[in-house]
Amino acid sequence: MRQLLVAILAGLLFGAGLAISDMINPARVLAFLDVSGQWDPSLALVMGGALIPSAIAYLIRRKMGAPVCEARFHVPTRNDIDRPLVLGAVLFGIGWGLVGLCPGPAIAGLISLQWESGVFVLAMLAGMTAHRLRMHSADPASR
Amino acid sequence: MEPLNLLWPLAGGLLIGTAAGLYLLCNGRIAGISGLTANLVGLSSGPRALAAGFLIALSVGAWLASLWLRTPTISISSSLPLLIGGGLLVGFGTRLGGGCTSGHGVCGMARLAPRSITATLIFMAVAIATVFVIRHLIGWGAA
Repeated sequence: MRQLLVAILAGLLFGAGLAISDMINPARVLAFLDVSGQWDPSLALVMGGALIPSAIAYLIRRKMGAPVCEARFHVPTRNDIDRPLVLGAVLFGIGWGLVGLCPGPAIAGLISLQWESGVFVLAMLAGMTAHRLRMHSADPASR
Repeated sequence: MEPLNLLWPLAGGLLIGTAAGLYLLCNGRIAGISGLTANLVGLSSGPRALAAGFLIALSVGAWLASLWLRTPTISISSSLPLLIGGGLLVGFGTRLGGGCTSGHGVCGMARLAPRSITATLIFMAVAIATVFVIRHLIGWGAA
């Protein structure tokens, strides 16, 4: 229950952050990515701002044996750079550059009730499903 | 699109990073929106209730912030094929690559994870290149 309350609080803060930073607005994101056009620095400030408390949290974590509300940490431990990571990042980068939406802003943007948001989110879910199906067919034992 | 007082992106980033830090230190988990989305719709095995709490709160938080703090204009100017193609690529790519701007960017880079730094550099560069091609080579133009 405490974990759920934390998830809700974190979600509220995250969503508020997306809205006030204008990251929820694809035009603003595309303006950052458009380095040779009318460039807008906002995304850099968002990322920079976000990394400060996030980095502090990860430093604090090193001193903790376990999180406050859970039995153990669930943080990835792999350090190798493999093909799926690289290819996935390339494909994600293309998709993001085409529309200016990534998962967080896409979901938050549903509040505007524009059909474009809905289409993007549905397509995103379809893409995620396609990956799952492909993984499962390659290795039926995969979870 | 009017220029944005840079305090907004900075403040928004601080909120996003704080949300990620809270989720880490209390629930022990990465606040990665692509992973949470996959958990919510059953494409991945993480806790569904937490994902639902986080993602629903994300939308509510964005909505409340737009009412009380700053009202963003969510300007999506992409055509239907781009919305579908972009969405598919974002969905597939984030799952293949294991994260997005929150999971790899805000969380992974904060802990200096080599996989996340690599992924973030790649998707940023590719997104920038994509926008360049679309806007300045093909000439589909800005919003």
